[in-house]
Amino acid sequence: MWKFFHRLASPPHFYRLAATLIPWLMFPGLLLLAWGSYNGLFVAPPDYQQGDAYRIIYVHVPAAYLSMMAYMFMAIGGGIGLIWRMKLAHAVAAAAAPIGAAFTFLALATGSIWGRPMWGTWWEWGDPRLTSELILLFLYFGYMALRSSIDDIAKADKASAVLALVGVVNVVIVHYSVEWWSSLHQGQTILKKGGPAMDPEMLQPLLAMILGFTLIFGALLARRVRTEVLYRERRTRWVRKMVLAPEGGR
Amino acid sequence: MGADIPAQPGILAGLVAITRRDLLLAWKRPGDVLNPLFFFAMVCTLFPLAIGPSPAELMFSGPGVLWVAALLASLLSLNSLFLSDHEDGSLDQWLTSPQPLPVLAIGKTLAHWLISGLPLVLISPLLAMTYRMPAGVILVLIFTLFLGTICLSLLGSIGAALTVGLHRGTALLSLLILPLAMPVLLLGANTVSLAAGNEAYATGIWALAAYAIAALSLAPYATAAALRISNE
Repeated sequence: MWKFFHRLASPPHFYRLAATLIPWLMFPGLLLLAWGSYNGLFVAPPDYQQGDAYRIIYVHVPAAYLSMMAYMFMAIGGGIGLIWRMKLAHAVAAAAAPIGAAFTFLALATGSIWGRPMWGTWWEWGDPRLTSELILLFLYFGYMALRSSIDDIAKADKASAVLALVGVVNVVIVHYSVEWWSSLHQGQTILKKGGPAMDPEMLQPLLAMILGFTLIFGALLARRVRTEVLYRERRTRWVRKMVLAPEGGR
Repeated sequence: MGADIPAQPGILAGLVAITRRDLLLAWKRPGDVLNPLFFFAMVCTLFPLAIGPSPAELMFSGPGVLWVAALLASLLSLNSLFLSDHEDGSLDQWLTSPQPLPVLAIGKTLAHWLISGLPLVLISPLLAMTYRMPAGVILVLIFTLFLGTICLSLLGSIGAALTVGLHRGTALLSLLILPLAMPVLLLGANTVSLAAGNEAYATGIWALAAYAIAALSLAPYATAAALRISNE
């Protein structure tokens, strides 16, 4: 068991493992997305209140969920890297940040598009989730800005790990404070998204989309970590050997 | 460790020494203390000019404006928190000293708060009066700013420690600190607004106090870790 973890932490081993892993994540993910989109957009019945407008949930919810999951990857990766000085964990944290920021943006954009027919406005400050998500996007920007402004990779890893960990504590505070705040200011009643109980015909595609998005996130992350590892290890022998080999970097 | 090695000053002595030193430094260069205050006063002057002098409007926007101005003013002085210590090598001395680094970080932050946070709190009633804030609400404003500036100084010390020695420090520092500071602003400004609207506001004060205590117990460790990282 421990041997597996030690091997996992070795960059060349991970580099090869990720290459075999990516198709196994990517193709089931794409299949689930195709199935989920078809069933979500064409088969599932329209909502009795929101009509067809609710269907954006099939992109919005998975994106919002992954925006937080990527942040956890970043913070836990940073924490592991700080505590056990595992370089690969830092590479995972560095690779997760832009993906997380992209999903956060996607969640915000779809939320805003959804808000237009439902709330009558593109942006509703009264919705606590929208506001928290925006702050999360700023946290991602701060993290990436800090990382890119430190030239020394080892130093950038540690400094951004501290920031990500401080940010995790803060995300919880942001969540509760924004909830308190919006309960003060709520001018209009917000429709409960999807209603309390979902029709199984609506729910199944949603679960498929969430799982599909997660698998694709895994594939993207693995791909980015590979690049990150290759860049960080560019002066080592195994990279040179691999690049100079007749079949190239596979 | 102070008990059995008599030559070693205690933890409290280190804290007091570092705070005293920073206060003395600030005393010798009063401009550093005054500039953020002038900035605070000027931002508070800009808003009535921009939104118009109507008393109703000013009363409505007063808490938010004062709080945003206080947040920006406290950001202004953060950049220099560890900068001169980094440049003249004092920081290296602290890193190698037997004193626990988090305690030294508390000392630095305490001095920073006394220099930049407390004066803001003290002149806020004056500016609040120009926004037609009643006396009871001003009291709430003072109280929230008191707790809030403590939180901001502690949060800011983490950001300052992370960015010390970086070239693009100032803009980066704001980018790091502002999202972290948003809950403080949100709690502070809305508590004052609630008080102005004659509503129950105690929750906000308790939440701010809880934030301040949590920040006081956690932030010095993060600051210390960040100082070690940026100075290696």
